[in-house]
Amino acid sequence: MLWPSDARVAHGDIAETRPNETDRYATDGVSTRMWEFVGDRFDEIAFASVQHLSLVAQSLVIATVLGVGIAALVYRNGTASSLANGVTAIGLTIPSFALIGLMVAPLGFGVAPAVVVVVFYAMLPVLRNAVVGLAGVDRALVESARGIGMSRFRTFWQVELPIAWPVILSGVRISGQMVMGVAAVAAYVLGPGLGGFIFQGLSRMGGAGATESIVTAVVGVILLALVLDLALVALGRLTTPKGIRA
Amino acid sequence: MPETTAVAEDRDESQITGKSIRLEGVTKRYPGQSTPAVDGVTLEIPAGQVVMLVGPSGCGKTTTLKMINRLIEPTEGRIVLGDEDVTAIDGDQLRRRIGYVIQAGGLFPHMTVAQNIAIVPKMLGWDAQRIADRTTELLDLVSLDPDTYRDRYPKELSGGQQQRVGVARALAADPPVLLMDEPFGAVDPITRQRLQDELIRIQQELRKTIVIVTHDFDEAVKLGDWIVVFREGAQIVQYDTPERILAEPADEFVESFIGSGAGIKQLALQRVRDVDLKEAITARPGDDAAEVLAKVEKAGHGHVVVLDERDRPLSWPSRRALSRMATIPAEADERTPVIGSGATLNDALDEMLVSNAGAALVTGRRGAFAGVITIEEVMDAIRAVRASASDDLADAPVGTNAGSDDGTGDEVAQDG
Repeated sequence: MLWPSDARVAHGDIAETRPNETDRYATDGVSTRMWEFVGDRFDEIAFASVQHLSLVAQSLVIATVLGVGIAALVYRNGTASSLANGVTAIGLTIPSFALIGLMVAPLGFGVAPAVVVVVFYAMLPVLRNAVVGLAGVDRALVESARGIGMSRFRTFWQVELPIAWPVILSGVRISGQMVMGVAAVAAYVLGPGLGGFIFQGLSRMGGAGATESIVTAVVGVILLALVLDLALVALGRLTTPKGIRA
Repeated sequence: MPETTAVAEDRDESQITGKSIRLEGVTKRYPGQSTPAVDGVTLEIPAGQVVMLVGPSGCGKTTTLKMINRLIEPTEGRIVLGDEDVTAIDGDQLRRRIGYVIQAGGLFPHMTVAQNIAIVPKMLGWDAQRIADRTTELLDLVSLDPDTYRDRYPKELSGGQQQRVGVARALAADPPVLLMDEPFGAVDPITRQRLQDELIRIQQELRKTIVIVTHDFDEAVKLGDWIVVFREGAQIVQYDTPERILAEPADEFVESFIGSGAGIKQLALQRVRDVDLKEAITARPGDDAAEVLAKVEKAGHGHVVVLDERDRPLSWPSRRALSRMATIPAEADERTPVIGSGATLNDALDEMLVSNAGAALVTGRRGAFAGVITIEEVMDAIRAVRASASDDLADAPVGTNAGSDDGTGDEVAQDG
């Protein structure tokens, strides 16, 4: 409840200060100021970027395990699958800000609430795709696996999961893109990552380097998202068996 | 692809590697259904024989098959494999000892041919070398070149090739029993016929106990040593040899199931290997044509069979063609009528009708030339079948629905 009022104050500041700044730095241009900002704080930005990527990557791993695990429990049951899809749809509409705020009470500040929120959002697309992917595995193949003596678990692990994997992995990629942005709110609970630059910028809106701070974070998040997506594409190439590669 | 093969002399020498199967009063009831899907089936499947389960769709034949390896757990009754009661043992362990083939092979698309075949041996803890050797052996057995196909993925194979790999996978751990659920339902008629011949040839070598579900009566006649005809509720209407079912159908239901042309279908009962083949003069590529021609004329034959280095027929030139040659050519002649010794007389007759010679070359094991079959041999064989069909069978295996506890089972099932 605190934040929106702060933001409004900041907006007021912009209106007053922007003309002056524009005059003063008219010849410098935006890019020069950006480079100065980044140059001055390079170590800080690099550290936050690594932290950001690390938060997202680790959360993504946890989310994938959870999402596939839950999907494994529900995909054979129509009602449970529908329920899981419903939860996915509703879950994605919860504002991340609200959720991270709610996490502060039980988990306090720092890494824990940040991870919980990022994992929660990352899990939803993975879960949805895992249910779709696993349900889409030809039943005849499952019967064939059971028919030659593969146990339920072995059938899941060696037949259903590998065949559903490309679909699951595309869910992981969607998650990666999505939670790269969501992870920025982690800074609100003093968690790690590039979100800090956004909040710093917002809180000093109009002050020197405020815009640069936000732009730095946004560009950083976009770049990290690209890096992560490339990494996931590479992972897909490595982990998708040749026989089912498109 | 080599022609289907099998050698007649082999038949008696080869040992039966199959085990008998006995279903005792096996019943399957699904919750919420008033009539059982399978009602008290008692069925003896003799070791080393091919038993076909036929009937209209939904008659319970597939359910019956799947209860043999307990893919579907029976509600009541006992399953005995060899002399071991397997009704209560671990289902996965049981299934590793029973080959299972479904329509289109059921190959796992993310595994190579070799990986697919290796699944059961791996579960049984074989070492890598033994698995690799076995894979090579099995691909040879199903007439796929191991070096070409070992590392291919299923999507790189034709439907027929996938089905062959499916059979190889089922045979990987050398199980005594092979269960096949509509195995050739998903391939074109020509491939289906070839796969059927191939299966006959493989069975000739291996002598497994094979149970096959099909809705195609012609397939049942062609492949089966015994045929079980089911009606709804897995009620056994007739359990007999193909010859006797064709000659003496138990009732109108069986008659309608056989369909028209029972006489022609009897042609499919006799295999080429059961017929006395004629000998032929053979030659190798590179031989002097004049010498060969002299031999052919001396024997009073009209043609010479040209064989490659593995005794497989390449061509079948007539005397006239020979007289125009200097040496015997090495090229294979596509039009040469070749038939596997496991093929039926029906197929042989068909092959002869399209060839000009009114005869066909018969190949045995690994495609090696075995002899020549002519129309006269086919006619003699048909006469013999007709004569023997009415003989009574003393050793006929049991197949009834008597295992059911309630005596009203029959009527109930027929109502449903």
